[in-house]
Amino acid sequence: MKWVYTSQRKEYANALLDIGQKRTDVVVLDADLSSSTRTSEFAKKFPERFFNVGIAEQNLMGTAAGLAVSGKTVFASTFAVFATGRCWDQIRQSIAYPNSNVKIVATHAGITVGGDGASHQALEDIALMRTLPNMYVIVPADGVEAYKAVKAVAEHVGPCYVRLGRSDVPMVTAIDSPFEIGKATILREGSDVSLVSCGQMVAVCLDAAEALQEKGISAEVVNMSTVKPLDAQTLLRSVRKTGCVVTAEEHSVRSGLGSAVACVLAQHHPAPMKMVGTPDCFGESGESAELMCRYGLTADEVTSSAEEVIGRKIT
Amino acid sequence: MTLYDDRTIQMLEAKANILRRHVIKMTYAAQSGHPGGSLSYADIITALFFKIMRFRPQEPMWEGRDKFVLSKGHAAPVYYAALAEAGYFPVDDLLSLRKLGSYLQGHPCRMKTPGVEISTGSLGQGLSVANGMGLAAKLDRRSSRIYCLLGDGELQEGQNWEAAMLASHYKLDNVTAFVDRNKMQIDGPTEQVMSLEPLVDKWKAFGWNVIEINGHDMRQILDACEKAAGVMGRPTMIIAHTIKGKGVSFMEGAVAFHGKAPNAEEYRIALRELGENI
Repeated sequence: MKWVYTSQRKEYANALLDIGQKRTDVVVLDADLSSSTRTSEFAKKFPERFFNVGIAEQNLMGTAAGLAVSGKTVFASTFAVFATGRCWDQIRQSIAYPNSNVKIVATHAGITVGGDGASHQALEDIALMRTLPNMYVIVPADGVEAYKAVKAVAEHVGPCYVRLGRSDVPMVTAIDSPFEIGKATILREGSDVSLVSCGQMVAVCLDAAEALQEKGISAEVVNMSTVKPLDAQTLLRSVRKTGCVVTAEEHSVRSGLGSAVACVLAQHHPAPMKMVGTPDCFGESGESAELMCRYGLTADEVTSSAEEVIGRKIT
Repeated sequence: MTLYDDRTIQMLEAKANILRRHVIKMTYAAQSGHPGGSLSYADIITALFFKIMRFRPQEPMWEGRDKFVLSKGHAAPVYYAALAEAGYFPVDDLLSLRKLGSYLQGHPCRMKTPGVEISTGSLGQGLSVANGMGLAAKLDRRSSRIYCLLGDGELQEGQNWEAAMLASHYKLDNVTAFVDRNKMQIDGPTEQVMSLEPLVDKWKAFGWNVIEINGHDMRQILDACEKAAGVMGRPTMIIAHTIKGKGVSFMEGAVAFHGKAPNAEEYRIALRELGENI
């Protein structure tokens, strides 16, 4: 499909500017990556409400917690790999447990970080964040949805993790389509297989759905942009209709979206299922598109997975 | 500088003694908990809660309040005792410490206990949170002061030094921290496990105003807090030399009572030494 590309980081910056304009309680923190995460734009506009903590992610989360329990709505940003792994205990103890109103908006998530390689490719961040009580996990599909997600988490009281990518991603949602935390959206209706995904894999699934249609297969594409709390109702409705499911995520298949979906289905409506995502391994350097191919994050992979699960349905 | 009269000092010393008795009763009732590190800063927390800090127990979220962060969360018993004596919740509830369903968890929990500003327990995180509170007070132009109590052993956690940099970088003169320098940690003396000295020089090098006191001398604690409040543009670190288990002879300087409750015999002796006959 011919896609228009959008930048999630740019939309994050836009959303922050809009929120910052309206709400003086919004404070933004970064750990020396503000020009990459684009919190620098908020910093330029509202310097008194921006704090750079330097290269110190543990302190980033603790300081954010202190501001949050003092009545501030705090956005804390850095790369996803550092925002979740480097300071997981600080997030657990100072943010999740005390229910601090901190929004961790991490950029450069997933394999498409590209050339920086495995040290910087967060493929475990969804897993790390979704095990924490009180924490919401949101993985917007594109820039448009990133903007809406950032605005939505600012209104929600409690800790949230918003996962954004580095590269521009295809625009799969409409500017006027509604976004609600905890609500999945059906981007394409179908009856033979459910393709459930988040982040830029939503676009990949839409491409796969096109390819499947040419083979006479009707695929339903579910944008599961909130990984936690998972919209079990929409998921079950879709899978009850189609009878099988493929999940797709730019994340390890261990404990990411696929696992969250499997957890619901296994308990409420077991169905043939396949998970597309990175296997149990680290990434490597390369161009974003090359890496997506190498790690099987492609429409071809989703298409063949769909055919496989359809074949496993008991008829 | 305020001159505190003898009556005030005596009143505070008597209050500290009451808090120490609570610590013995609470840990005995729970048959677990951390008496040693609670007793060592009993005088400091008494000075803060019964003289220095402004707060309203009937209105725990009052915006103008000063805040206390217990970074070494395991020393919760004396914190709870201070909160109860200050009027945040009934003193009788102190004996529910660590019991199922109690709002007095083994380590402080913001969501359960009135007056607790932030959950702690995993060491080394309190100073960062206190700094965040200090930044918020500055943003809101509130005169609130933030007090943070650090264990000396927990200074081995690197996050403290990230926080030390931030507090001086952002000139957080509304943040005052104490190190409860009892020189003991679970595995032994701090200088044997992982040496912290020269501690004064370290905090000075990080840009802090540093004051050294005897952490069991009420007058010195009050004076240090006053001096800290008068310093502009810099956070203050009060290094309080203390004795772990202070007030109970067999607990003083004894690593064994870091995380162990007294038995029946020890319980009786401890309370007797603290002036209470049972």
